[in-house]
Amino acid sequence: MKKNYLEVPYQELPMGILIPEAGSAAEYDTGSWSAFYAKFWPERCIQCFICWIVCPDSAIIVKDGQVVGVDLMHCKGCGICPAECPPKANALTYERKEQSVV
Amino acid sequence: MSQLLALTGNEAVAYAMKQINPDVCAVYPITPQTSMMQKFADFVADGEVDTELVLVESEHSAMSATMSAAAAGARSMTATSACGLALMWEILYIVSAARLPIVMPVVNRALSGPINIQGDHSDTMGARDAGWIHLHSECAQEAYENTLQAIRIAEHPDVLTPVMVCLDGFIISHGVENVNIYEDEDVKKFIREYRPRYSLLDRNHPMTFGPMTFSDSYFEHKISQMQGINASPKVVLEVGKEFKQTFGGNQCYDFFEAYRMEDAEIAVVVLGSTAGATREVVNDLRSEGVAAGFVKLRMFRPFPSEELAKVLLPLKAVAVLDRSIAYGGDGGPVHIEIRSALFGKPNPPEVVSYIYGLGGKPCDNEHVRVAFEDLKQIAATGKAKQRHGYLNLRS
Amino acid sequence: MIKLKELAAGGDLMSPGHRLCPGCGVPPVMRLAVNVANHLGYFPVIGIATGCLEVSSTIFPYTAWRCSFIHSAFENAGATVSGVEAAYRSLTRKGKINDKVCFIAVGGDGGTYDIGLQSLSGAMERGHNMVYICYDNEAYQNTGNQRSSSTPMGSNTTTTPVGKVSYGRKGQRKDLTYIMAAHHIPYVAQGSMAKYNDLMKKLETAISTEGPCFLNVLTPCVPGWKYDSAKTIEYNRLALETCFWPHYEVIDGKWVLNYKPKEKLPVEKFLEGQGRFRHLFRPNFRYVIDELQAEVDRRWGELQVRCQ
Repeated sequence: MKKNYLEVPYQELPMGILIPEAGSAAEYDTGSWSAFYAKFWPERCIQCFICWIVCPDSAIIVKDGQVVGVDLMHCKGCGICPAECPPKANALTYERKEQSVV
Repeated sequence: MSQLLALTGNEAVAYAMKQINPDVCAVYPITPQTSMMQKFADFVADGEVDTELVLVESEHSAMSATMSAAAAGARSMTATSACGLALMWEILYIVSAARLPIVMPVVNRALSGPINIQGDHSDTMGARDAGWIHLHSECAQEAYENTLQAIRIAEHPDVLTPVMVCLDGFIISHGVENVNIYEDEDVKKFIREYRPRYSLLDRNHPMTFGPMTFSDSYFEHKISQMQGINASPKVVLEVGKEFKQTFGGNQCYDFFEAYRMEDAEIAVVVLGSTAGATREVVNDLRSEGVAAGFVKLRMFRPFPSEELAKVLLPLKAVAVLDRSIAYGGDGGPVHIEIRSALFGKPNPPEVVSYIYGLGGKPCDNEHVRVAFEDLKQIAATGKAKQRHGYLNLRS
Repeated sequence: MIKLKELAAGGDLMSPGHRLCPGCGVPPVMRLAVNVANHLGYFPVIGIATGCLEVSSTIFPYTAWRCSFIHSAFENAGATVSGVEAAYRSLTRKGKINDKVCFIAVGGDGGTYDIGLQSLSGAMERGHNMVYICYDNEAYQNTGNQRSSSTPMGSNTTTTPVGKVSYGRKGQRKDLTYIMAAHHIPYVAQGSMAKYNDLMKKLETAISTEGPCFLNVLTPCVPGWKYDSAKTIEYNRLALETCFWPHYEVIDGKWVLNYKPKEKLPVEKFLEGQGRFRHLFRPNFRYVIDELQAEVDRRWGELQVRCQ
């Protein structure tokens, strides 16, 4: 987004109760919510796209017509895609992130 | 060629709507607005307008649909009264926050309880903080002209604020008067073509309307909204001036009409149809040698404090007639605003409050006269015996 | 039949970065809706009632919508989208716009079965060319799980809590899909992500059909129903296999059953593992499960008769 609307003076807000920048939520990090994530195993993927449709967070990355990975900036570690990935593929597993405790 | 027609106030406003020819009109019937809707529906049925008339199932839906149509880039209108306005109350705030230029005639009727279908100002006064511009009309001609001007005021790029055009229920809405309906082409040219700021329908610029906010931006949004209504007084005057020049009418094109106020010692401030009776009473008093005058307030929101204070300051005593009550407050809403406008000014007049006409209770010449007789007393003694009074109340 | 791969090729009109809970049952349904519309060549305008979806997807200044979105209040999704559709009709007639736009109104069960029912009913009756999708998570979940008229009997919600003298929500839930079928609109359907191909087909039908269409979709809620977030689609399947949430359509008044389980599971298979029903497995509340089973059976029987 061009401006941080939560920091500008009121005179610089968009007029009327609008958000003119479509899809701006993509800039918001929801991946840091969870200690878990879905790990993608590309060599096992059968490109059925079930993960793409069941993901509540649009976090399955599709490029050139292929599922290529998981968007960790947005994966909330819910566990649905590992549960729904066909057992014969098992291309997504539920993993714990490596955390450093400071 | 303008036509002189015998029309009720509602029909006159329906003619205004016909000439405006809005893209969308979502309405729900309620007395005494109904005959306005019915007349407009006749125009729709005869193909004299190409408005999409959406006959919704409640006033809440009427304002919701009107608002969303405006957000989709359509020139949209609706109309209502009393409980209907009350039902759409939450949406009124959203419309003004959205800076959508919706024009809504409101046929002023008493709010329940008890239920009453006749005219008073409790409905629009109850919505005075909703962020809309309020214009009050004394007669059918003024209601017609206010509706046309309201389009230009609302849609002005500095304003972009919705407008309520008020007319007293039954007294104006159902009373027949000679109304000068101006030439269609001239009106069309005056109101201009609508150029919306944006449209939800534009696939090249998808919009999100009505987001969730927290305390980190709500306050800023609400203050930002004020810029529109604060810029409106200048526009109300400009549009009024242009209207008068274009059509040559003789209604009020200012914030208020100051009648025989130049040398007045006592005056009454009143809104709507009662101005007619007041005008006659002032004339009678003048012929009796009393230095009386009155102010007919046309624009209640935004409240023209400075301009009113200037006109009222030289007087000895002022009576403010309110056709609604601010329970627990100081009389009625107009009275409260006027006291506030005069506060801090040098040598202000005595200001007293009268509540009148609730639920359509008649307030004729004899009743307005009572207020003036009291004012004469106050002017003579320099003090008011009591600050709050009622006109034509059985007590 | 649209292939998922084809659908994905059109991009995603709902972006990531919204604040819905991990595992929420709602966004997969919404993504299907707007992406199917996009695939069919429409520019969707989506009008959402106040609730989980609306609040979480449009927290200023972030919006997850890449199409147009409108929200005004809680009870008026039907009326709000009616207004946009009316504007479209008016402006198209006047030659001011020339585009393929579709109108999708969305509400939770709270904003649809309860406070928004009037607005929905009016919109459907007036014949607007629009689709209304109800995402049913069986309570007012956005405000923390208060009961709605869609809450199943025996649910533990914050306004029907389990206590010394209460087993949770008393009485049976309303059947909104039947109410919508009684509006005699061109298309009414009930579905869920348990059969997403079927749901996709229903969305395609609803969006392409001229006139008002209504879809009722069951969407499990992780914090409200209290279950492990990975099981959202699994619970949709259990709801289907126990006939608690049958999939069917009413096409121009003709009732069509879309799925009959080979082996109808007892309703407690759906209730198991959900924290909101945990108390029903205690001996003193077991009878509630029996009553719920009887009602599920009765409605399933009635539905089968209608679909013959």
